[in-house]
Amino acid sequence: MNALVEARGLTKHFRIGRRQVVHAVDDMSLAIHEREIVGLVGESGSGKSTFGKALLGLHDKTRGEVSFDGETLPGRYRPGDFQRYASRMQMIFQDPYSSLNPRMTVGEIIGEGLRLHSDLAGSEIRERVHDWLRRVGLEPDHASRYPHEFSGGQRQRVGIARALIMEPRFVVCDEPISALDVSVQAQIVRLLGELKSSMGLTMLFIAHDLSMVRYVSDRMAVMYLGSLIEVGASDEVFFRPKHPYTEMLIGSNPQPDPRIERSRKSIAIEGEIPSPVNVGAGCRFAGRCPKVMSVCRTETPPQYSVRDETGERRVACHLYADGADAGRAGASDSGGSSAGGSSAGGSSGGGASGGGASDGGGG
Amino acid sequence: MSVGEVPGGRTARRHDEPALLAVDDLHVEFDTYGGVVKAVRGVSFSVRPGKTLAIVGESGCGKSVTVQSIMGLIPMPPGRITRGTAMLDGIDVIRQKVVDGEDIRGSRIGMIFQDPMSSMNPTMTVGDQIAETLEVHRGYTRKQAYSRAVELLGMTHIPEPADRAKQYPFAFSGGMLQRAIIAMAIACEPDILIADEPTTALDVTIQAQILDLLDELQATTGMAIVLITHNLGVVARLADDVAVMYAGQIVEKGSAEELFHECAHPYTLGLRAAMPGNDPTREQGLQAIEGTPPDMFDPPRGCAYFARCPHAMRLCEENRPERFEVAPHHYSSCWLQHPAAPLEVSGLYRGAAA
Repeated sequence: MNALVEARGLTKHFRIGRRQVVHAVDDMSLAIHEREIVGLVGESGSGKSTFGKALLGLHDKTRGEVSFDGETLPGRYRPGDFQRYASRMQMIFQDPYSSLNPRMTVGEIIGEGLRLHSDLAGSEIRERVHDWLRRVGLEPDHASRYPHEFSGGQRQRVGIARALIMEPRFVVCDEPISALDVSVQAQIVRLLGELKSSMGLTMLFIAHDLSMVRYVSDRMAVMYLGSLIEVGASDEVFFRPKHPYTEMLIGSNPQPDPRIERSRKSIAIEGEIPSPVNVGAGCRFAGRCPKVMSVCRTETPPQYSVRDETGERRVACHLYADGADAGRAGASDSGGSSAGGSSAGGSSGGGASGGGASDGGGG
Repeated sequence: MSVGEVPGGRTARRHDEPALLAVDDLHVEFDTYGGVVKAVRGVSFSVRPGKTLAIVGESGCGKSVTVQSIMGLIPMPPGRITRGTAMLDGIDVIRQKVVDGEDIRGSRIGMIFQDPMSSMNPTMTVGDQIAETLEVHRGYTRKQAYSRAVELLGMTHIPEPADRAKQYPFAFSGGMLQRAIIAMAIACEPDILIADEPTTALDVTIQAQILDLLDELQATTGMAIVLITHNLGVVARLADDVAVMYAGQIVEKGSAEELFHECAHPYTLGLRAAMPGNDPTREQGLQAIEGTPPDMFDPPRGCAYFARCPHAMRLCEENRPERFEVAPHHYSSCWLQHPAAPLEVSGLYRGAAA
């Protein structure tokens, strides 16, 4: 598989004041393959959106590089660069209320990209706008209306049409459904799925709803305080997390089933995500990690390759320094065996296996 | 008529104890330039002492307006409570806010809101704000109130509560602030805590902490919780009873177990199918509920879910569904529960009434 978009050591720092530096994104390396959806999860402030924007050149890069289809993109975009890359890479934003200009009609909003970046005639642009309104489930005569006349879900459809009318190959979806109601979320996710397959899109899907990311994406990447800490096939990461942080993040996600929720004990993470200002050496999760070792406080863990069923898991945790997960066989083994057990036995015990994290590994 | 009738003479396997708060046939309207919005249209539910009732629904379904009417937070005008009562210990709290010189709100009923940042006074320290509640409602002296405020911050697991009490809200993170707001809401040991989307603005890790905290406080204080949310995972985690609202009405009501495993209304079924499940063995597709909720200026005469319901019958368009008791204390307002309804819907629980 070819990487369509690849970040190598991508770093974005923001300087605030004289000696204060926000380490928003630190040394992120991630390859996104052609026609793949990579889900990016993490708490607020972990750098997900900054990473997505830096990929597209919406932020200048402090260090590292991004390549698109084999071509290395400039570290700092000049106006002409946006012209060149806009048609290949687009972004869908979180907030369908603030991301649409209230003084432009929906038709102008959707057609603006083509007006700026193509030499199509006005009538041709209008035709394409009408076509795209239809493709995202709106009506062509909505083109003359203003954003305030639409519901949140409809506005998000406008945002999708605006991005995809450029026929990009790569789209960053930054929390495209967080602001929407449950029933509308499903509509938007399905729409994105249909467009992805009909257009052969490659996507970075940023979200904090872990169940939805697992549903949408092929691979899942987990960020913590600016660093990529785990990446692998979505189901593998979700059901058999390796990094202690991923394990707790997924354990915090309540499942829509009272039987599961009541039977498991809480696995809330103590404390909160620390400030990304002036981050020192060592693992960034060390302060909250229940499995912390002395090495974690002094040395930043590299990305270790860890064997799983798909063979492409990477985990930034010293527990995996030996390449195998001998250090903590408890958690990962019990996850694997319970999945096997439920399919064979089909007994009442199967229902409890969904929790994944923190089954009785204490003994 | 169709709502508010007394449940039939079945032997109840629970709900034996009298309700702590009983809301009956609540109607709320708002005057707007465009006309009258009928936000809540005949809502009835009861809250059991020491238990958690979750009110579930999407934006605009009237769930927040319902609890705001109980708390007297509806601006009037333009709002209007046209009908209904909310009885707490024999007192209709909608009409009588003050009992024995004490405002029921804040003392017997506490409330926390979705956005922790905007529910505190930014110009007062957190400790002073909590203390103020106790001075006003309990007549504590300043000193007593302040030291109790520090205790309360400790109860909500805020580290170094004495130092934190001296800080202003801006120095708190969202999760810490929500803890402080919970501390303020439980300061007068209310019988009921109303939590309107308490974790929606928070990260999932912080959400888990706050849900644990609510659980723990309920166990230690015995207060009842009314939880407003759209997140079915949160419902599964905390709720004993669930009421599902759609377009200003409760369409299904029952225990959490029943709502998730014997769900008896197509809207509840639709909500569940619209959320991705976490079962690796059963890979079901995501089912969107097509369309949008009805216009509340002119709500449909029949079933409000008619236009989006995949199982709608001709009857549903013009006739408001009766409330069927599909199992003891499990109600569904759907014509499919009528004994003569012909349709078997996969996944939909057909009750004893049918």
